[in-house]
Amino acid sequence: MSERAQQLLALADDELILGWRDSEWTGIAPTLEEDVAFSSIAQNEIGHARALYELAAAELDSDADALAFDRQPGEYRCAPLVELHLMDWAHTIARRYLYEEADRVRLDALKKSDDSELAGLAAKIDREETYHRLHAEMWAGRLRDEPRFREAVDELWPYALGVLEPEQRPELARRVGLTVVDARERGEHTPALAELWDEMTEVRRSAPGATW
Amino acid sequence: MTAEAVWAALDEIPDPEIPVISLVDLGVVRDVAVDGEHVRIEFTPTFLGCPALEVMRRAMEEKVEALGGEAEVTVIKDDSWSTDRISPAGREKLREAGFAPPAPRAAGATTLVQLQSKAFRCPYCGSTETRLENIFGPTPCRSIRWCESCRQPFEQFKTI
Repeated sequence: MSERAQQLLALADDELILGWRDSEWTGIAPTLEEDVAFSSIAQNEIGHARALYELAAAELDSDADALAFDRQPGEYRCAPLVELHLMDWAHTIARRYLYEEADRVRLDALKKSDDSELAGLAAKIDREETYHRLHAEMWAGRLRDEPRFREAVDELWPYALGVLEPEQRPELARRVGLTVVDARERGEHTPALAELWDEMTEVRRSAPGATW
Repeated sequence: MTAEAVWAALDEIPDPEIPVISLVDLGVVRDVAVDGEHVRIEFTPTFLGCPALEVMRRAMEEKVEALGGEAEVTVIKDDSWSTDRISPAGREKLREAGFAPPAPRAAGATTLVQLQSKAFRCPYCGSTETRLENIFGPTPCRSIRWCESCRQPFEQFKTI
């Protein structure tokens, strides 16, 4: 697989899996506003995943659904940060905040890519992510002095670094005011991914080839 | 078949989620090229996760077929759609239907301070005494605001 296809799959898998995790708050978020916010953010992230899978699919002679749902858990390239099952508000907000900051560093680089297709899509995605960042910024501001939130940020920090390439990590550290430590790298998945995959692909596996 | 006839036909297609405005008003049709019966349409989607995109695409194909042509809809996945592409007529139709049209796109990214400012006008009573209730709304393209003057919530098109 080309380096470009691998990169597209890593980006798409991050957005799909985080979108899935965000959607777990639909119906049970602490307030109605957050129910709406998390559902909308999940919808956007999964939409970004689809567009990225479509670019990869053109190169791999596949299609977006097959790439999203027909691979084995070990074939996904997502960062461990997005896999974690975090049904605690402090951790959920800490992950959204750290992911959006990391994603901003990554999208800024992709927008300058020589690959015009990828650069154009990154610019479009970035415009939508602006609203995710504002949401994360608003919550991080509200929870800044809460010990539970600070602890959650510290706990997830090595995972957040693992979203980015090593050379991009100092920029993330500067943005969030932390120092670079050993990252929880992509490649070795957390046990949470297999559980998520079981649920996410259940319908597709139960009726192979079905269309709706 | 002329490009003008195709544009006019596409202008009859309502937005699937906000049917008061047409796809042409929404600015998602970037270009129409006619070569005999073959019609090439450049479609620049709004939000990537919007479920209405497939409906829009099919509606455009059906319109062209009804004119006796054959449509080829190319989806442009770059940054070419923005809320600045919504036509002045489209903005007025949005406002009449109770959706506050998007603020113009600024040079930099939107900030929380801007969203929390009083630059947003209530589509019902025209007051700018409005506050941000939720950055997110019923669809990806909308936020929820509250009008302090007529004391009711309204939907605000996001600027992207």
